[in-house]
Amino acid sequence: MSEVMQKLRAPLLPGVVALALSTAYLIALLAAEKQPLIIGLLAFAVVAVLAAHYLGWLNLVSRSFADREDVLGVYAILAACVVAAFFHDNHFVLLLFVTVLLYTVATLGLNIQFGYAGVLNFAGASFFGIGAYTSAVLSTYTAVPHLLVLLIGGMLAALIGSLLLLPVLRTRGHYAALVTIAFALLLKTFLEVNDVLGGPQGMQVKGMSILGWSFNDNFEIGKIEMSFYLNYFVVSLLLLTGTFVLVRRLERSWIGLNLDALRLDEIAASCFGLDIARWKITAFLLGNFLIGIAGALFGMVGGFVAPNNYTFADSLIMVSILLLGGIGNPWGLVVATFIVVVVPEKLQTIQEYRILLFALIVIMMLLFRPEGLLPRPVRRYFPGWRA
Amino acid sequence: MTYLLEARGLTRKFGGVVALDNLDLAVVPNEIIGLIGPNGSGKTTFFNVVTGIYGAHGGSVTFDGADITRASSPAIYHAGISRTFQRSRLSLPLSIFDNIMIGNHKRLNQGLWFNLIRRGEFKREFEANYGAARTLVEVFEPQLAERMFEPVGGLPMIDRRRIEICRALINQPKLLLLDEPSAGMTHDETKELMDDILQVRDLNRNLTIIIVEHEMGVIERITERCVVLNFGRKIAEGPYRQVAVDRQVQEAYLGVE
Repeated sequence: MSEVMQKLRAPLLPGVVALALSTAYLIALLAAEKQPLIIGLLAFAVVAVLAAHYLGWLNLVSRSFADREDVLGVYAILAACVVAAFFHDNHFVLLLFVTVLLYTVATLGLNIQFGYAGVLNFAGASFFGIGAYTSAVLSTYTAVPHLLVLLIGGMLAALIGSLLLLPVLRTRGHYAALVTIAFALLLKTFLEVNDVLGGPQGMQVKGMSILGWSFNDNFEIGKIEMSFYLNYFVVSLLLLTGTFVLVRRLERSWIGLNLDALRLDEIAASCFGLDIARWKITAFLLGNFLIGIAGALFGMVGGFVAPNNYTFADSLIMVSILLLGGIGNPWGLVVATFIVVVVPEKLQTIQEYRILLFALIVIMMLLFRPEGLLPRPVRRYFPGWRA
Repeated sequence: MTYLLEARGLTRKFGGVVALDNLDLAVVPNEIIGLIGPNGSGKTTFFNVVTGIYGAHGGSVTFDGADITRASSPAIYHAGISRTFQRSRLSLPLSIFDNIMIGNHKRLNQGLWFNLIRRGEFKREFEANYGAARTLVEVFEPQLAERMFEPVGGLPMIDRRRIEICRALINQPKLLLLDEPSAGMTHDETKELMDDILQVRDLNRNLTIIIVEHEMGVIERITERCVVLNFGRKIAEGPYRQVAVDRQVQEAYLGVE
């Protein structure tokens, strides 16, 4: 009997229900204005998740996602569209939503570096900033098509990041992390004293426009007025989808296995033919490339870049998303980015304490659930595949 | 006679300690050779120098006609030497299948394009390798073959050893270095594991094995020839029965009166 059960794919229903409920909840939370209501909703979420955990429902959901990821991924994209459609004329909420999407792309990049290859990068925000500054410079001084600008932003982040390769490859663990911290501080100083790049005041970034379609104008569908952020939402969602699929495929391939092997035991890995430097470089460059693309688009969304937006503290927030979500689990990163980006924005009362709150969350996670909210499952090369 | 592996005057020092002292050691193709000696006599150091983890301070190592004295660990693996470790070095959070595939590195397509874009081809390669890994595990323990996607961290010591040996064997090496496979196991488990090793050897007559072991029963049972080390030097060589009664060997193990 149990063997028959094992041959069957897990049912789709728990995953769909979980997605529908989270979508409804997200809409309610984003629409809520009054502080007591928001606090109530957040408390409700904590209780509901804990209850679902103890009733074993979360387990059903995760099995459903493990086996039916392809279908549920499409539903997740639809869910994001539903949320965006609901807030179609709300600049603030859409900007917040786009921020979540782009931060998720960036943390997926960090995840390749730290989650898979074990290379700690405390300069995530710096590479994000390099992407954003690329947008600023190219859109101000050149007529490079904007989609190409995104690509160049990613390539520049990877290129400048390659300056760090030698020190990162020659050091291990904490020392490699220190190298990236030093880089983050140096880059900020460099941007502050560099007048061509606007110094401490930063630069304006022109809005995106593709084939004459200007992203920074509101538009109408039928008689309904749409926020211009909806343009950015579509591009960001496409970018996130592409990145998610890429990271997933990477993990579920021999390359993902290589990265895990070198993270867990470099000596054993090199005794089985693994070129440690080659795969560390691949992970580091690919991660920075993704972070740079996300940063380039984020620069266009915000319309403005300044050194103070890309500090060491912002890098720490990215790393805390990784720790909170579950190192190595892309779905966990999506959930964690929502929590880390949305909660402080909605919960105005804690605004100035947000860093303190993150610090607390990270410490609590490391103490009680070091594998993160959604721990990374054992690698399955193809979802639902049975021998 | 041509040797598969030949060390000549191999020397390795750690500070003032000479771990390998001008060691000559030759291995004929297809034999099982035991490397024994008291603790600290240089057995594991020999493995580490051969597999490129440590550099040699003198002498040379040739494998299959090529000089590998200064080759890197990955290059030596590609030349056809696989090993296990004294303290099992499996990746515990990874599945049985993943761990075995780490050993199969040289036969897996490592191209970015192949791995990320050509998923159909990747799936065929994955399925072929799944079959190969499963068949190999079945030789050792059929029950483990049903658990290929469970993390290795949850398995008992003997199963971890089996997986480690499978990881070393999956790429069909010419030379297998086993570093104390019986460490941390009971007497019965050790016997089971040795049966498995002999069975693998029956399946692949081209395999040459060097085994480091403290369990003399194992050495007696499976090796054709023994090399005894003490303070990094070879003090005796020959069939187990012969070296076991050697005066120098007995002194090395038991001390001089």
